[in-house]
Amino acid sequence: MNTAALFGLLGAALVGLGLFGLVVHPNPLRKILAFNLLGGGVFLVFGAVARRGAAAGMGGDPVPQALVITGLVVAFSATALAVSLLLRLFQETGRTTLRDEDGGKP
Amino acid sequence: MTISIAIDVGLALLVLAVAAWIIAVRDAFAAVVGFVAYGLLLALVWVRLAAVDVALTEAAIGSGVTGGLLLAAAARLRSSEAPAANERPGATLRVLTALLCAGISLGLAVAVLSLPDPAPTLAPMAAANLPATGLGNGVTAVLLAYRAFDTLLEKVVLLLSLIGVWSLAPDRAWGGRPGPRRVVRPDGALVFLTQLLPPVGIVVAIYIFWAGADEPGGAFPGGTILAAMWILSMLAGLVEVPAISRRSLRVVLVLGAALFFAVGLAGFFVADAFLAYPMGYAKPLILVIEAALVLSIAAILGMLVAGPPERTEER
Amino acid sequence: MIAHATTASGFLLVLAIVFPAAGILLALTLGGRHAERITLALLPVGTAVAIAIACEVWRAGDALVYLLGGWQPPLGVMLRADGLSAVMLVTTSLVICAAGLFGRAGFRTPENLHEARAPLAFWTLLLGVWAALNAVFLGHDLFNLYVGLELLTFGAVPLVALSGRPETLTAALRYLLFALLGSVLYLLGTALLYGAHGTLDIALLAARVRPEPVAWVAAALMTAGLLAKTALFPLHLWLPPAHAGAPAAASAVLSALVVKGSFFLIVRLWFDAMPGLMPQAAAQLLGTLGAAAILFGSVLALRQARLKLLIAYSTVAQIGYLFFLFPLAMGPDLGHSWQAAAWTGGWIQLVSHAFAKAAMFLAAGLIAEAVGHDRIAELAGIGRALPISALAFGLGGLSLMGVPPSGGFVAKWLLLTAAVEAGQWWWALVMLAGGLLAGGYVFRVLGQLWGDANGSLALRARVSRRREALALALALCALSLGFLPLQPNALLQIGRPHAAELVVR
Repeated sequence: MNTAALFGLLGAALVGLGLFGLVVHPNPLRKILAFNLLGGGVFLVFGAVARRGAAAGMGGDPVPQALVITGLVVAFSATALAVSLLLRLFQETGRTTLRDEDGGKP
Repeated sequence: MTISIAIDVGLALLVLAVAAWIIAVRDAFAAVVGFVAYGLLLALVWVRLAAVDVALTEAAIGSGVTGGLLLAAAARLRSSEAPAANERPGATLRVLTALLCAGISLGLAVAVLSLPDPAPTLAPMAAANLPATGLGNGVTAVLLAYRAFDTLLEKVVLLLSLIGVWSLAPDRAWGGRPGPRRVVRPDGALVFLTQLLPPVGIVVAIYIFWAGADEPGGAFPGGTILAAMWILSMLAGLVEVPAISRRSLRVVLVLGAALFFAVGLAGFFVADAFLAYPMGYAKPLILVIEAALVLSIAAILGMLVAGPPERTEER
Repeated sequence: MIAHATTASGFLLVLAIVFPAAGILLALTLGGRHAERITLALLPVGTAVAIAIACEVWRAGDALVYLLGGWQPPLGVMLRADGLSAVMLVTTSLVICAAGLFGRAGFRTPENLHEARAPLAFWTLLLGVWAALNAVFLGHDLFNLYVGLELLTFGAVPLVALSGRPETLTAALRYLLFALLGSVLYLLGTALLYGAHGTLDIALLAARVRPEPVAWVAAALMTAGLLAKTALFPLHLWLPPAHAGAPAAASAVLSALVVKGSFFLIVRLWFDAMPGLMPQAAAQLLGTLGAAAILFGSVLALRQARLKLLIAYSTVAQIGYLFFLFPLAMGPDLGHSWQAAAWTGGWIQLVSHAFAKAAMFLAAGLIAEAVGHDRIAELAGIGRALPISALAFGLGGLSLMGVPPSGGFVAKWLLLTAAVEAGQWWWALVMLAGGLLAGGYVFRVLGQLWGDANGSLALRARVSRRREALALALALCALSLGFLPLQPNALLQIGRPHAAELVVR
């Protein structure tokens, strides 16, 4: 088993873990953490694809690597927006629940 | 099993263990600390995957900047944890979700393992076109030449997310400074660190940006390291967070995207397409754009961590 | 080897995205009330560009193409406008124009301030949503489309929470988490597709993709993610509170356009990037979920006490009709006459719903402003005070029900006949039931609006006739689509890739 396949499988595992955390944790901050784990797993799959594409003197295919860099920045800004929403919600209501009168995502 | 495979397997298991711990641990603050460690481990994984640019960006953003943001949030949200815990879904739902997620992971693993061999790759095409851009680093060429439109749109995404964060301010605080008033403790450890680290960090950031044309690096790792240094200074209270209504701040935020747009539009006339570079001028133009991007990325990331304005500017 | 080339008027595609995006930069730098002025100045410009693109596509009879930076796919990224993109661009610009003009009253910077929170946020976010939608409709590279989707999410979510009320904050956070889940699943699929084929360009993928495990897993992930963003049953939970809690102009844009962006990508994925790859079972599954959305959403709409929530649940229901495109317009063997009819019907449904729903949200916003609340039971007789708004709401409702003449009627007629012709009559039954249920909730509201005022009506604020006229204009757009012939539409077929060409009889 080579490096790329190994870390690709790691990415697959992280995706599963992150998805589980996103669905199961009621606390939105834990959901945001799980989302970051999920994103990290996706990026690792890209990384595995990049490593497999090593050719022409480059250690890896530069296109997926560039996509990951873009994705990392976008994921951070998503996290920042989510955290700001959460903190504002906490400021206004003193609670951090996503459940409201007609029920919500558990 | 050779040594390198052993290292890789060990690293992968470690990352998996930390990730599982992040999901399973009760205390949110502990989970965030674990997340910072996970980010640093991931950076090592990226090095093993021969993606040094990504490793630099992951270390700076993934653990540094995101970690700082989440730690601050976890600290402020500490008192809300106990009530939230009562909403945990029942055991059957948890088991079903676990099965579903395991299934997805399995399907994904099968897909990853059944990827074709030899792998289709754009590396030869990217390498063949490098001379036209004057660059030596393939990733920088992809980000600023071949797929420059993605990078341009992504800058707009960053700005929009900042506007979104700012829009969460209370009406009366609009135009003011984000975050609470920081009390500066001159003898504190944080202040000591902040007097030591940023000068080094700034030099490193500039070097990484400059070297990124031909070596691993570039605007994104450079910009995020610069952001991390600025965030550190703001947290320690050595630098006052700027008020969001200041014109100079707005110009710096917009500078990267604006310059990128300007060069792109000029490409309509002096080159043959939007975002095309005229022959021979590609590298200097790219470096100029990257310089503006470094400043903008640092400013935007720093303000994203600072959050929405909370207090009005004191005169 | 497919070689693309920039077509003569391809630069218009770049302008469609660059104008609103540059507007954001300018608005943020200049600040204050300039944001409103810049947006209002860009409204006619962007609409002109959209109409120009549509005319060019129609004139050329073929898609417009632009190679960004001069680089060829697969290394580079290109923009492409086929007939479908043109229709979506024009619809988007018209709805955004109406929403922008409507929002002037609510998001004016006060005289004594240089800059205020809600106005700056509203105008820049509106421009952001516009740029994002144009990028989604014109993009031809799966990762470029991902960035466009993220731009759309970041523009839409803060609009939900713009009023600052706690329930809108919760709704916005839930929306954001669903949307992020959707984006990340989509991204995972693109990773697999790149790994398998070395490109993310839609045309190149269509040539290279084969039925194999990687393709199935990638397509399933991407579709699941996009379904979450489109709020198809059962992933619709986030939509009603989010769309009901946003300010009226924003709700109009959210329901009419933003959810359609991710739906557009599902169609691009299955019809253009991976043509002929969808198994019948999956198509039937999507159709079933659509049917469930129609029934579920309509029944829930009937039970709502608040007007804006009723309209939002109606969106959940009407989105279900769109998913009949998959069992009806797709198939291993193309060339059946009903497929072209279903294709046209589906898109007319999308466009007429956009206009009708936007009109209804704007009208509801005016009613809420005038009376101070939107509780349906206490709105008796308001139609006499705001006749134009009530009329706009009514006309929009007629389109939702599928009553002639309206775009909704043409759409549902085409879909119904396609379902019957294809032998899949069960969709026809669901559509008829959906129409009846829509009639139920529309007439429930209209009955209140034009019923006898029982004296409890107190107008809190005067509402300008101009804003009522905007709502009516949108409703009339939905009505005007009713004059389209009951046949497959030629514009929607322009630029369809050869493998997915639907026969126009």
